[in-house]
Amino acid sequence: MGKKVELLDVDSEKIMEEIRKAASPPEEVEHWVTIYVMGKPYKVPAGLTIMKALEYAGYRYIRGAGCRAGFCGACATIYRKKGEYRFRTALACQTTVEDGMYLAQIPFVPANKATYDLDKVKPSPNILLEYYPEIARCVSCNTCTKACPQELDVMYYVQAAIRGDIKRVAELSFDCIQCGLCTLRCPAEIQHYHMAQFARRLYGKYMLPKSPWLTKRLKEIESGMYEKGYEILKKMLEKEPEKFKELYINRVREKEEKRIMNPLELEGED
Amino acid sequence: MTLKMIRGYPEYMRESIEMVEKTRDERIKNKEKEIELKMSLEEREELLNKFHPDYAPGGKRELQVGVNRGEIVPNEVADILEAWPALNPDEVDLNDIDYDVDILIIGGGGAGTVAALWANYEGVPAENILIATKLRHGDANSMMAQGGIQAADRPWDSPIIHYLDVMGGGHFANKHELVKALTEDAPFIIRWHEELGVMYDKDEKGNFIERWGGGTSRKRLHSAKDYTGMEIMRVIRDEARNRGIPVLEFSPAVELITTEDGEIGGAILWNMETKEYYVVRAKATILATGGWGRLHIRGFPTTNHYGATADGLVMAYRAGARLRDLDSVQYHPTGAAYPEQIVGLLITEKVRGMGATPVNKYGQAFVFPLEPRDVEAAAFIRECYARNNCVKTPTGMRGIWLDSPMIEELQGEGAIRKNLDAMYRMYKRFGIDMTKDPILVFPTLHYQNGGVEINANAQVIKGDGSPYPRFFAGGEVEGGVHGKNRLMGNSLLDYNVFGRRAGISAAKVVRNSGKPGKLTLKHVKLFAEEIRRIGVPEWRRSPILLPDYRGKRALARKIDLPILE
Ligand SMILES: Cc1cc2nc3c(=O)[nH]c(=O)nc-3n(C[C@H](O)[C@H](O)[C@H](O)COP(=O)(O)OP(=O)(O)OC[C@H]3O[C@@H](n4cnc5c(N)ncnc54)[C@H](O)[C@@H]3O)c2cc1C
Ligand code: SF4
Ligand code: SF4
Ligand code: FES
Repeated sequence: MGKKVELLDVDSEKIMEEIRKAASPPEEVEHWVTIYVMGKPYKVPAGLTIMKALEYAGYRYIRGAGCRAGFCGACATIYRKKGEYRFRTALACQTTVEDGMYLAQIPFVPANKATYDLDKVKPSPNILLEYYPEIARCVSCNTCTKACPQELDVMYYVQAAIRGDIKRVAELSFDCIQCGLCTLRCPAEIQHYHMAQFARRLYGKYMLPKSPWLTKRLKEIESGMYEKGYEILKKMLEKEPEKFKELYINRVREKEEKRIMNPLELEGED
Repeated sequence: MTLKMIRGYPEYMRESIEMVEKTRDERIKNKEKEIELKMSLEEREELLNKFHPDYAPGGKRELQVGVNRGEIVPNEVADILEAWPALNPDEVDLNDIDYDVDILIIGGGGAGTVAALWANYEGVPAENILIATKLRHGDANSMMAQGGIQAADRPWDSPIIHYLDVMGGGHFANKHELVKALTEDAPFIIRWHEELGVMYDKDEKGNFIERWGGGTSRKRLHSAKDYTGMEIMRVIRDEARNRGIPVLEFSPAVELITTEDGEIGGAILWNMETKEYYVVRAKATILATGGWGRLHIRGFPTTNHYGATADGLVMAYRAGARLRDLDSVQYHPTGAAYPEQIVGLLITEKVRGMGATPVNKYGQAFVFPLEPRDVEAAAFIRECYARNNCVKTPTGMRGIWLDSPMIEELQGEGAIRKNLDAMYRMYKRFGIDMTKDPILVFPTLHYQNGGVEINANAQVIKGDGSPYPRFFAGGEVEGGVHGKNRLMGNSLLDYNVFGRRAGISAAKVVRNSGKPGKLTLKHVKLFAEEIRRIGVPEWRRSPILLPDYRGKRALARKIDLPILE
């Protein structure tokens, strides 16, 4: 069965060394830029992220680096470019350095989160206002939207929150990484991302229907109907490992329409 | 020399992209036939032995000290297991206890947070729990998962089929009781998430939209767009905050504390900002420190968060815990290979799950897209380094294409923005539109398959095979669940299942036992003697806490003046 793997005459160890080299920082730097880290100039290679550039310059992060991949919001950064009036925001791990950046990273964003018992609250139209009354103070300046490194429609979700449209808040804010930049910039002192978290949980819990299939499966598990299957497999694994392997190999991959209830009946199919 | 760039790619890479475009229609038409490329078990094995970094010779060595002496682990892991303790036990006063708690949880990622919640549900008051974590609460691999979480809840699936998939994926080296727990608890975990308000992708009836994951025989991957990990993590963190569970951030554990009667009695924390240490005494201790990606095994780039440095393995090993399956390292086949700024970052398997085919420089498909990931990774490396059918980036990385525009054709326009927004956004930030152009990928260091051995109650196993009554572990730090290779979607599940079991078990200890025995760091001293015996250089210390990415030039000029320490 099957085709043979091409037995190329390869030196696996050498290949691994080549990979190591390819993945390390290049020895020679061709293009440089100058950035100003909290006012101090540093010459760094062009094409690095702000985060890697700071490290290149000799900084070692304790605060300000989390996922290093745009998912955690630990690396909120503010900057201006030389000679430009515009105030900019970015994620240090997801933004390439540019010549003449004056930048500072925000180590921490003070923001209060409301506490609630999700089992007791109800997704009523006023609930967001009740727990985060300051959203009513929004002056629609759109500064939050401009600050958002995820390019979310932050002002719209605040407006939706005021209207009590929980679904809209949940959907518009879904990609929020809770970096806090909107909250730092807001003249109305709104704590957008905490409010949105509340809205999403309300939506997930109360407005998305619970899965009927899941309910059914939970009942089955509770009834103990799978225990016997596990027992059989355990024994087979211990006593007849080859048979166990065969069972695995011959298990059938789901096709859209095909429904198989029990893998122990699978042998020989397809 | 400046490269001419066209829509995010240098001109020379565009030539290859054109070839990919030429073969695209034909490949879409024959998508169903890709299964013919699937390899037999023998073929897989041969490929792995030649081209997988985990199998290729030269990357591992035998441990010379500790419980697992004589076993093989990656060099980078041996380096930190066989290292001098970073902490000098003589500088610590164990009589001066800073936190005297019921449960100490080390690691504020997914497993740690789930454990805290379940201990609290089981009646341990929030204020008697302490989560100590290295970065911020939630700065963790758990935040980064994109693809999804497995649970067998559809009528034509079952926990048993899930079990089989896990065992086979793990090369049958998994521990039965753990896989049973994993697959049997899975539907329950998803229901718990529904009740906490996790926004999973669902149809109108409320059933989950489920997708393929590599190595599985059913579609059972539950996702929340491509922010699944973030969505779950931020919800459970929010719940922990609602319940007032105390979290000490930037205060990693640097050593476990043992007791005179051979138990675990807490840990020494180290405030990375003030450099103070804290003594924590706890009736039960839960290890939830996650994985090892930032050790950059074999020099590979990694998908992991900044704090994934295997501290938990180091601390537990010194205290006498048994490790397992650490000889097997998981590389994810699809890490970004271009642009340089994001090298190593994860391209979720969902991209392949939704229909994107990996193709070589010439636009040819060369591997079934949903092989188990070690096989898939080895096939990519063969294509790049043996057959040379790859694209080279300006910084010397090699990669093959993942033909993402196929997704739009197969699933309808807008499918990428709708389901893979995190990916789309990441590439767009660097000028690449993945709905129109393919993306370049290469394997990246992803997951710690093995770890601290536990049993189904999440109790850590000692060197002699018996469980510690007061010491638990959950999540990536533990081993046995996934055998030699984890399948996608089973580790989010793992941290939920075993985080929960650890929390419940710890609560039981709190109910049934008093304070631990007399605290000691004797085990650290004993271990240091072993280290001396095998002649480890003075500078090699662990846990390392954080990787060091400072530039060579800056480091070469760095001096420490003994004044402003
Ligand atoms: C990019 C990426 C994508 C992934 N995608 C998926 C997926 O789609 N599906 C899936 O199932 N799995 C996926 N995984 C794997 C999965 O996310 C992790 O295995 C899982 O979340 C681990 O959870 P954990 O709680 O054990 O560890 P983590 O979530 O990493 O938490 C560990 C925590 O402990 C802290 N810590 C470390 N050392 C110490 C110390 N000495 N003292 C105190 N605290 C410490 C860390 O900083 C961290 O906060 C992915 C992983 C990554 C990196
Ligand atoms: S920044 Fe504040 S005030 Fe301005 S639009 Fe946003 S929420 Fe409203
Ligand atoms: S909405 Fe606010 S907290 Fe969320 S990502 Fe945007 S700026 Fe950051
Ligand atoms: S470090 Fe997590 S978003 Fe930048």
